[in-house]
Amino acid sequence: MKGVYVMSRISATSSQTVNVRSLLDEKRSKKLKVRKLENIIPYLLLLCALVSILTTAGILFTLLRETVGFFSEVSIIEFYTGTNWSPWSGDFGVLPLISGTLLITVIATVVAVPLGLMSAIFLSEYASESVRKTIKPILEILAGIPTVVYGFFALTFVTPILQSIIPELSIFNALSGGVVVGIMIVPMVASLSEDAMNAVPNSLREGAYALGGTRLEVAIKVVVPAALSGIIAAVVLAISRAIGETMIVTIAAGATPSLTMNPTDSVQTMTAFIVQAATGDTTFGSIIYYSLYAVGITLFVLTMIMNLLSQYISRKFREEY
Amino acid sequence: MIEMEKQSVNPVKEETASSNIFEVQDLNLWYGDDQALYEINMDIPKYQVTAIIGPSGCGKSTFIKTLNRMVEMVPSVKTTGAINYGDQNIYEEKYRVEDLRMKVGMVFQKPNPFPKSVYENVAYGPKIHGIKDKKTLDQIVERSLRGAAIWDEVKDRLNENAFGLSGGQQQRVCIARALAVEPDVILMDEPTSALDPISTSKVEELIQELKKEYSIVIVTHNMQQAARISDRTGFFLNGELVEYANTNQLFQTPTDKRTEDYITGRFG
Amino acid sequence: METKNLKSRVLKNRVMKSLFFSATVIALLFLVMLFYRVFSQGWGYLNLNFITSFPAPYPEEAGIWPGIVGSLMLMGIVAVVAVFIGISTAIYLEEYSPQNKLSEFIRVNIQNLAGVPSIVFGLLGLTFFVYLFGIGYRLLAGGLTMALLILPIVVVSSQEALRSVPAEVKEASYGMGASKWQTIVRVILPAAVPGILTGIILSLSRGIGETAPLIIVGAATAIYTLPESLLSKYTVMPIQIYKWTARPQEEWQFVAAAGIIVLLVILLLMNAIAVWIRNKYQTRY
Repeated sequence: MKGVYVMSRISATSSQTVNVRSLLDEKRSKKLKVRKLENIIPYLLLLCALVSILTTAGILFTLLRETVGFFSEVSIIEFYTGTNWSPWSGDFGVLPLISGTLLITVIATVVAVPLGLMSAIFLSEYASESVRKTIKPILEILAGIPTVVYGFFALTFVTPILQSIIPELSIFNALSGGVVVGIMIVPMVASLSEDAMNAVPNSLREGAYALGGTRLEVAIKVVVPAALSGIIAAVVLAISRAIGETMIVTIAAGATPSLTMNPTDSVQTMTAFIVQAATGDTTFGSIIYYSLYAVGITLFVLTMIMNLLSQYISRKFREEY
Repeated sequence: MIEMEKQSVNPVKEETASSNIFEVQDLNLWYGDDQALYEINMDIPKYQVTAIIGPSGCGKSTFIKTLNRMVEMVPSVKTTGAINYGDQNIYEEKYRVEDLRMKVGMVFQKPNPFPKSVYENVAYGPKIHGIKDKKTLDQIVERSLRGAAIWDEVKDRLNENAFGLSGGQQQRVCIARALAVEPDVILMDEPTSALDPISTSKVEELIQELKKEYSIVIVTHNMQQAARISDRTGFFLNGELVEYANTNQLFQTPTDKRTEDYITGRFG
Repeated sequence: METKNLKSRVLKNRVMKSLFFSATVIALLFLVMLFYRVFSQGWGYLNLNFITSFPAPYPEEAGIWPGIVGSLMLMGIVAVVAVFIGISTAIYLEEYSPQNKLSEFIRVNIQNLAGVPSIVFGLLGLTFFVYLFGIGYRLLAGGLTMALLILPIVVVSSQEALRSVPAEVKEASYGMGASKWQTIVRVILPAAVPGILTGIILSLSRGIGETAPLIIVGAATAIYTLPESLLSKYTVMPIQIYKWTARPQEEWQFVAAAGIIVLLVILLLMNAIAVWIRNKYQTRY
């Protein structure tokens, strides 16, 4: 830390006391020069702030440029309507990848929404302050665990357990990956929904309790409806996370693009394809290289729609109180 | 009616022009579209304590902040009229607020020391205005803390965080901080409203000491305080300066009915 | 009739309460199982040799050293780039930005960037840093990609820290005749530093666990020398873990688990430091 100041011993009657006024006036001209320099600081800072805009522009530029390259060789109609994805033999129908992503997302949502919402109701309406303060940070640890760890856990632990229940389950399957993605987004659903429920004014609750409602009735009939848009925004945001999740599905769900809604099958998501193609020998400028970006832009647009939807819903929600 | 007051309440003006530290002329102020101050005319004398009283929301805090242009912290503020300080209108385009605030110090409603040591708090002003020499700073710090009557209480704690002091001590450190650049004027915006009675009386005593060397403008919601410590008092109501006179005169023989109602406790 | 109805309502409340409670417990239980599984599998393979060795073809000899070094070096680049740009952006948005369309656009844009899947940042890095800038599959390309990825988190947490400095303290500084920049450098930033630092460490811990974007920008899966410069080949812990997990033999899963323990311990340390800084240096107003 800073050095300790030792006051120089000066008595109150010291003859050589400084004249602060004249000292300050002396410094004034120098100060004015410094002030001129300070005028350019906001512009330098703005330059840094523009990096984030450049990033977005860069993302759009890359995705669009390479995608245009891709669609000059593969027709856009074939890409979005084709049901066969085997890029190494020239079939570029993206629907199997989309259905794979969709299947994982549906399973994840089925797991995360009930668990997350019930946890949120418990934390917000039933738990004491101290219980909430302990449990919420622990739940948030779940959100901080690297996804590669989840992937490992899905493949080596969840899949064997599921296989003992469903014998026909293949080693790589949508179910295990989807369930674990679901667990990963539980904290997001729970935490954001709980925030929304907490924002419901207590006067609303008190009114309902005064009419003799039980905690359950107040929670379900008053709090949840009042916080509904916040809850929906949380769920939508969590779904967006599930769509973009990469490592869990790459490790646990397999690399078999197939147009299926059967959770016991092995599938490939858009993200998993991007990893697979990038790990293999994909030369710059090859059709596979371009296909990364065509899949990437599809993924980007999907998640962006979800994010904007979530922001729109929660903005509306904020206006209500 | 304002015309009439201007004549009746400005006896000081008759002495010499230079006996005033501020001359406020036809000051109007708006926050966006809402007008907060109306046609204020007021001469503030040197080396005296001028108190501003009035009910909450009357514009007294806004007014004191026009004197060092702190009111401009709110982006939507517009003003017309002039405040002359020395021979210059501080609202002129070329007038630098930094220079103004160096000469016109301010003490705020809530003690607001920086989260730094007592020493760094007091040395802040001299440092930002370019004084770096350690010996000089040591002298300034000691002199300012003595000037704010807190030296004896903090001389052994100069390196401790100012947040560790009591509220009353914090406020006097803030006063010392304002003294460190040797301003002409000290503006005080309800400086004792967050303090206990003992700390309040210490600050009041200090103000009596300070007026020997500084001109002081103090906003207070406490009429007794204004009566105790000030030489002149201005009464604000709904953004207007209703009455401005010597303190004794204003409290004993107010000329305006509204002033009388206020000081006799009929409203506010 | 009334009382019977009431009884059933109260009973329903009780049942549902335990259901809500169980949901919370399930999530927590999952966390416990995950930790238990990782530690029980990895503990046997975790020793000094594992930490200080390079990858090897045999599970007993494999080590995570290049991953640890690579992750730390990568975070070094990320810290320099993201911290500088992130704090500058936050200062601009909180203290300087006029209320206009551009400021609003920057704000919304940062919020949206935070929601872009990390793998898309990988594609950005692949085109720009790897190919257009000609860096290739090197440490610098990974570091810059990761810096952009965590930039929004750094900005948002720094903004929060700056916002927590009360207006009164800023007023005091302006009241002394300080300029805006003096106030920022001498008062606002020092007061906000603990909060900013906490946010940065948490952002870095997010970055250190990221895998997907680095696969795209070509972090190596196994290297046998440590990176020596910004233009060296590199690997990071999560990628080594990923590669071990993907091998079919069971022994490699144990190695992966040991790697995960190392990664989790580092993450835990970073979080502990962040909490410690927050508790020790945060000024309460």
